Amino acid sequence: MRKETKYVSYLDYEGQYKGIFGWIFSTDHKRLGLLYLYAIALFFFVGAILGLTMRVELATPGETIMKAQAYNGVFTVHGVIMIFMVVIPGLSAVFGNFFLPLMIGAKDVAFPKLNRLTWWILIAGSILAIASQFLREGPPDTGWTFYAPYSTKTGTSVIIATTAAFVLGFASILTGLNFIVTIHRLRAPGMKFFNMPLFPWALYAASWIQLLATPVVGITLVMLIFERLFGIGFFNPDLGGDPILFQHLFWIYSHPAVYIMILPAMGVITEVIPTFCQRRIYGYKAIAISSLAIAAVGFFVWGHHMYTSGMSEQARWFFSLLTFIVAVPSAIKVFNWIATMYRGSINLQAPFLYALFFIFLFIIGGTTGLILGAVAPNVQVHDTSFVVAHFHYIIFGGMGFAFFSGLHYWFPKMYGRMYNLKAANWGAIILFIGFNLLYFPQFIIGYQGMPRRYYDYLPQFQWAQTISLIGGIILFIGFFVMVGNLVRGAKKGAIAPANPWNGTTLEWTVPSPPPVENFDEDPIIKSDPYDYK
Amino acid sequence: MSQHENHAFEHRDDEAKKLGMWLFIFTELLLFGGLFLVYSIFRSQYPDSFHEGSLELSVTIGAINTIILLVSSASVAVALTAIQKNNTKLSMQMLLLTVFLAAAFLVNKYFEWGAKFHHGLYPGSELMQLLDRGHHLYFSLYFFMTGLHALHIIIGMILLLISYFKVKAGKVKMDDFMHLENAALYWHLVDLIWIFLFPLMYLIS
Amino acid sequence: MSEHTHHITPYKTLGIILVVLFFFTFLTIEITSIHLGALTVTVALLIAGVKGFLVLSYFMHLKHESLLLKILVAMVFVLFALIVLITFIDYAFR
Ligand SMILES: [Cu+2]
Repeated sequence: MRKETKYVSYLDYEGQYKGIFGWIFSTDHKRLGLLYLYAIALFFFVGAILGLTMRVELATPGETIMKAQAYNGVFTVHGVIMIFMVVIPGLSAVFGNFFLPLMIGAKDVAFPKLNRLTWWILIAGSILAIASQFLREGPPDTGWTFYAPYSTKTGTSVIIATTAAFVLGFASILTGLNFIVTIHRLRAPGMKFFNMPLFPWALYAASWIQLLATPVVGITLVMLIFERLFGIGFFNPDLGGDPILFQHLFWIYSHPAVYIMILPAMGVITEVIPTFCQRRIYGYKAIAISSLAIAAVGFFVWGHHMYTSGMSEQARWFFSLLTFIVAVPSAIKVFNWIATMYRGSINLQAPFLYALFFIFLFIIGGTTGLILGAVAPNVQVHDTSFVVAHFHYIIFGGMGFAFFSGLHYWFPKMYGRMYNLKAANWGAIILFIGFNLLYFPQFIIGYQGMPRRYYDYLPQFQWAQTISLIGGIILFIGFFVMVGNLVRGAKKGAIAPANPWNGTTLEWTVPSPPPVENFDEDPIIKSDPYDYK
Repeated sequence: MSQHENHAFEHRDDEAKKLGMWLFIFTELLLFGGLFLVYSIFRSQYPDSFHEGSLELSVTIGAINTIILLVSSASVAVALTAIQKNNTKLSMQMLLLTVFLAAAFLVNKYFEWGAKFHHGLYPGSELMQLLDRGHHLYFSLYFFMTGLHALHIIIGMILLLISYFKVKAGKVKMDDFMHLENAALYWHLVDLIWIFLFPLMYLIS
Repeated sequence: MSEHTHHITPYKTLGIILVVLFFFTFLTIEITSIHLGALTVTVALLIAGVKGFLVLSYFMHLKHESLLLKILVAMVFVLFALIVLITFIDYAFR
C-alpha cells in the first residue's frame, strides 16, 4: 500500500529518534498535533468521568455518593481540567498545529522547536493540575474561577492548582505567538491574507487573544499565590484589598478565553460547511472580518460575569451594551453558514452532521447568553444551573461538537484511513440526544432557582436531575461509539484517498497522510480558497 | 529535532524571529499592565497612603537606578550598532558594560530592599500586617512590582550574557545578529517598564 | 545580509537620545517635587510617555520598522488603556 507511493508519510518517517521518542521529541507540527490530540483526549476523559460523578451525586437530593466537600473538589477539578487543559488548547493546538501550515502552504510552523517545548509545558502544567488533587491539603474547592477572598483563605491546595493554570497559560501564549508569526511569515508565495482559508483566519484572531489576554490572568494568579504565601492583601478586604478587583482581572482574561475556544470552532465549521455543500462559502470577507471583530470587542465585555458582584450601575449597563454588540459578528457567521447551505448539494456525512448540531446548539447557547448578558434577567438566574446549561451549550455543544466535526472531517487526512461512515453518523446522533437530555433540563430548573455548585437540592428538581443523569449516560455511550469507530478506523479502516470529501483547500492537495515536509513543490494558490467549479 | 535540518527549506527568517520577540514583549507589557491596573485602582482608592508611602522611598536611589538603566539601554543599542558595523570588539565591550550596569542596578535594589527589611518592612512581616490598609497595599505593590521587575533584569542579564558568548564564538556576527537584536529588545523592555515604575513608585506625591 | 530590512542606528543618534532621556528624568524629578496637585500625576505620566516613546522609536528601532509592527505596538497600548478606562467605569461610579 504505502510502499507503492514514493513519498514517506509523517507517520512512517524515521528521524534521529526512534519509537516513542520519535514522537515526543519531534518538531513536526503534524506529529505534535497528534500528541496534543492524545493528551487532550485523555484529559477530556478524566474530566468527563468527574462530570458523570457529579451527575450521579445529583441523582437524589442529599448525599448520594459523596459529601459536600468532596463535591466541591470534584466540580473544581472538572472545571480546571476542562477549561485549561481541554477546551483552551483543544482546537487550536490539535487542528491548528496539524492544519494551519498545510492550509497556508507552509512546511511547518514558524518556530518548530518552540512548538515542541509548548507541548512539554502543557504536559508539565497538566501534571501539576492533576497533582493538586492528591496533595495532603485536599483538592482545591474554589471552583475553576479561584474567586477571592475564599481562595486566599481556604486550606486546600489552591497554590498548586493556580500554578498549574499559570503554566498552562504560558503554553497557550506560546501557541498563539507561534501561529501569529506563522501566518505573517510563512504563507505560501502568492497567498495574501484574503486568499487564506477561514480556519487560519479564525486561528489568527484567537491567537491574538491567547497572546494578549493570558498574561493578565497569569499575573493575577501570581498575585493570588503571593497573597496566600505572604499575607499580602491585594484581594482580601480585611487587609484593604478588593475581591471585585480579582473578578475584574480574572474575567479580563476569562471572557476572551471563551473566544479562544469558540473562534477556532467556528473556523472548523466554516471549512466543513462549504465542503459538504460543494458551494462557495457565503460572505467570505464578512466571516474573516467578523473573527477579528469578535476578538476585538470580546476584550471589553468581561463585566457581564459580575452583575451581582456590587459593580457600579454604570459599568453594568456598559458591559451589557457591549455584550449585545459582540453577539452581532457571531450572528453574522451563523447567517453565512446557513446561506452557504442554501441550494448546495448536501452530503450528509458525520462532519456535516456535527456541524449542523453545532449550529443548533450554538444558537441555543448564544441566545441564552444574551439573556444572561442583560442585567435584569441575569440578576435573576445568576449562579443557577441556568448558567451551567448556557456555558455547556457554548463550550461543549459549540466547541466540543466543532471538535468532533473537525476530527471526522480531517481524520482521513491525519491517519490516511477512513472510519465507518454509518457508525460515525450514529455516534453523532447519540451524542446529540444525550447532550440535550443532559443540559436542557438545567435551563428549566435553573430558571426555577436551582443553584449551581450545590451537591444538594429541593425534591422539586428531582425530575430534571434524573433526566440529566440519563442524558449523561447516553452521552457516554455516544463517546464510546464515536471513539471506538475512530480507533478502529485508524487501525483497520479502508485506505483514504487524498481528497475524500472533494475539498478545495490546500491540505487536500497533498497525499493522506501528508508527507514529512507537506509540499514537495510550492503549492498553487487560488485567489478563492473555496472554488467548487 | 534534526529531521528538517538537512533540508533546503530551513532558511533563516530574521523577520520572523524579530516579530516573535515583539509578540513576546507584548505579553510582558500586559503582564505588567495587569499590575499597573491594580496600582491605579488602589491609588485612586487610597491617594493619601500612596503619597505617604512614596515619601518613604529614596528618590536618589530611584533616580540613580533610572540613570543606570537608561545608560545600559543605550549601551546595548550601541552593541547592536557595533555588530552591524562589524566592530565585534566594541560590541562585546558594550555587552559587558550592559551586564555590569544591570548588576549595579540589582546591587542598588538590594540595598534599597535591605533597608526596608531592616525596618521590618517586607511581605509577610508583622509590621506589614499592622500598617493601615493603604500603606499595606502600597508596600505590597512596591515589593511585588519592583521584585517582578528585578526578576526581568536577571532574565535580561542571562540573555545578554548568552549574546556576549555568541558574539565571542563568532555565532553572532555582522550578517547574523538576530540573537543580539532580540536580547537587546528584551533589555529595552526592562528599561521601558522602569520608566513607568519610577515616577509611579518614587515620585508622584 | 538583509540591508533593506535592517536600518543601522548611528552612534550619534543613540547618544543624543540618551542625553534627552537624562533631561526628561531630571525634569520629571523637578516637576513632581513642586506641588501641582492632581496635575502631578498627569505631568509625570506624560513625561514617562515621551521617554517610553523615545526608547521604543530609537533604541528599539521602531521608527524604521514596518508599518504593521508600528500598528501592532500601538494596538497593545490602546488595548491596555481601554482596559484601564473600562475598569474605572466601575470604580469611578461605585
Ligand atoms: Cu463572558
